[in-house]
Amino acid sequence: MHPPLSSQKVNLQMQGITVRYGSFIANDGVNISVDHGQTLALLGENGAGKTTLMKVLAGIIKPESGRIQINGKEVQILSPIHSQQLGIGMVHQHFMLIPTLSVAKNVCIGLKSAGYPFPNILKVENELIKISEKYNLQIDPKAIVSTLSVGTQQRVEILKALYRGAKILILDEPTSILTPQETHGLFGIIKFLTGQGCSVIFISHKLNEVMEISDRITVLRQGKVTAEISKDETNEKDLSILMVGHEFTKKRTIKPVPPEASELVKIDRITYFDERKLPVLRELDLTVKKGEIHGIAGVDGNGQVELAKVLAGILRPDSGRIFINGNDVTKLSPGKRITAGLAHIPGDRQRLGLVMDVSLGENFILETSGKEPVSKHGILNFNNIRNTSKQLIKDYDIRCISVDQTAATLSGGNQQKLVLAREFSRMPKFIIAMQPSRGLDVGATEFVHEKLLEQRENGNGILLISTELDEIFELSDRISVIYEGKILATLSREVANRERIGLLMTGKTDV
Amino acid sequence: MIGDLFSFLTSSIFEGFLTASMRLAIPIMLAAIGGIYNERAGISNIGMEGFMIVGSLTGFVVSYYSGSVWIGILAAIFLGILLGLIMGYFEITLKVNQVVFGISLNLFCVGLTSFLFRIIFGITSNSPRITPLPTIMIPILSKIPVIGPILFQQTALAYITYILVLITAIIMYRSAWGMNIIAAGENPEAAETMGVDVIRTRYYAIIISGVLCSIGGAFLSTASTGLFVQNMTAGRGYIALAILVIGRWDPFGVFIAALLFGAADALQLRTQLFNFDIPYQFLVMLPYILCMVVMIFFSKSSRAPAALGEPYDRGGKKSEI
Repeated sequence: MHPPLSSQKVNLQMQGITVRYGSFIANDGVNISVDHGQTLALLGENGAGKTTLMKVLAGIIKPESGRIQINGKEVQILSPIHSQQLGIGMVHQHFMLIPTLSVAKNVCIGLKSAGYPFPNILKVENELIKISEKYNLQIDPKAIVSTLSVGTQQRVEILKALYRGAKILILDEPTSILTPQETHGLFGIIKFLTGQGCSVIFISHKLNEVMEISDRITVLRQGKVTAEISKDETNEKDLSILMVGHEFTKKRTIKPVPPEASELVKIDRITYFDERKLPVLRELDLTVKKGEIHGIAGVDGNGQVELAKVLAGILRPDSGRIFINGNDVTKLSPGKRITAGLAHIPGDRQRLGLVMDVSLGENFILETSGKEPVSKHGILNFNNIRNTSKQLIKDYDIRCISVDQTAATLSGGNQQKLVLAREFSRMPKFIIAMQPSRGLDVGATEFVHEKLLEQRENGNGILLISTELDEIFELSDRISVIYEGKILATLSREVANRERIGLLMTGKTDV
Repeated sequence: MIGDLFSFLTSSIFEGFLTASMRLAIPIMLAAIGGIYNERAGISNIGMEGFMIVGSLTGFVVSYYSGSVWIGILAAIFLGILLGLIMGYFEITLKVNQVVFGISLNLFCVGLTSFLFRIIFGITSNSPRITPLPTIMIPILSKIPVIGPILFQQTALAYITYILVLITAIIMYRSAWGMNIIAAGENPEAAETMGVDVIRTRYYAIIISGVLCSIGGAFLSTASTGLFVQNMTAGRGYIALAILVIGRWDPFGVFIAALLFGAADALQLRTQLFNFDIPYQFLVMLPYILCMVVMIFFSKSSRAPAALGEPYDRGGKKSEI
């Protein structure tokens, strides 16, 4: 069997790592080092090259140049399994688990030491119980992975790495899917592991978390290391400048919504059952006023996706009604709702927001192609399309070569700008924004937030659904928490605080 | 009363129906058991029909000239391996569209086998025949009412099929290799990070599928009839795909689902003899209609492997930066 942790002390050094994707340099001569018992935070924006660097360590990507040393010995990491044999365990952002199999089977897939050709699952289960108890992971090795919560699945990933002999544990954006309380629990596990001599590499773009958990911090910007410092020598403000290249101020002065503002959208006891006949939305009530951003906080998977789709008309609720400006739109198709003034910024912009293989110009007219001046008697007016598209590209600062290039060739941030430009140019009254800054860097996120606030200034109502609490707190006038398909509470921004919202996100209402 | 019921269960007509149910089920069962391997590993095999008809012809021709049905079946196994490799090369290595390739292969194989059959035997009025595999009555067990005729009054190839069902269950649920197959079909990227060679696993899976489909086809010509007829598989390869869904990609589920289909087929064949005032074409439709009706009920609860039909690109997946 693989000993979960040996007393052997491990340090890791990566020197001059360079990775290129075509002409794009993802890692440019990057150096990092971690000692045993230490937590190194790898801080950087989306696209700074953090995940690429870790994929090199995990044996998924081979670097163009650079050296890796473990315990002073130079190594070539040939494959994922070789990386594990060297004592490296990676917990990917998207879990590498087989949902239909039990925890024990997941842990020992591909391991001949568990027994070959017939693995001794009973023995593996017993070993897992021991490791789980030792590190207080609280996992039942018999459980089928698909029945476990996201937080538990993450612990299964950690357990898997430990069982497979990891002494250096890489956690890629581990907190992005956790509630504040679960994050707290994870930090406890990390501290315990480093106390046992394990090294942890913690990848994040969240400054407060990095300051809380790490011993040393390496900051990456556009593929290069901009700083390598000990936590005690720095602070959040300095780190943010190192990460983004300039200081970003988040303080805005926003006029409060007048209390007499009229109701724009009313959602009345919406219930929706998924294809397994399980209730995903349960008699959900919600209102959005004119000139208001109403933020919906919650852990991923509590009905957010379905709520957005029901409002947009993509899913039909099993009961309940939706009113926009007092008109019942429950039975209207998405097209008719668009005419009624609805705009939808979907969470999955590549599938629901854009047609990736057609031009920017065609993407702009998806919702208006049948109307003048875009077309007349069913014939498209390309002059008009070209000119409006060019104007929108200018107004929304979409970085592209021409209106004829396909949406797929744009970066994530520019794709989102394209969606915003199309939706907002129709002069909507009510906007559903689902995870509008997902996967965007700080600059693009700022842009999206400013555009949403601009719509608010214009007196439009916005429903902002996000699992990023920072985003919710920054933009919302009122904050509601969704839990298991119900709104547990609605708080005004004055009384809402992270702790209270965090507890509500776990379903605790008695606070 | 109870005595009457008992005599009905042991009447020769009813026993004939029961043995026929299993006999008609075996070819589909073999193909669907093969399908468990490739579909659980994440590749679809729409080409089962083609694999089967090739097995039918190969099994027949080689049996005819060698004088031994078992040599014929061995030859069918060999061609199954070959076809599995070809399909693997197209679907796993070249990553062509799996549905399009499977259907083209089926059309090609049906045409090719008819053509080769005529080349080999010419167009004759009395079609060539071989002596099919004999029925082996298992002592004692074959005397059990109902169960006996279904399970224990069959040919050796049927008994081999039962063993294959058991072996498949052991592989899928108890062996390391079965875990690799399931991992490759649910989350190939994860499988690869845990040291599973997804490409190789999928190749083995499609080859096994090819072999089992081919034996299923050979069963039709060498065990149930003793002759070869153009297009004699008549869509059984497609039905096997449905049986996979109804059987929930589980060896025992597939066993039951195939037997159910076989029973419906046996029932319609017998009903034809009674000269009811129904055009026989409607009776022929019966098992297929049953199949569709059952699928209505199973479509919701039956979940296909998550990565089924998705080609795997090693490290070539557009990785996030």
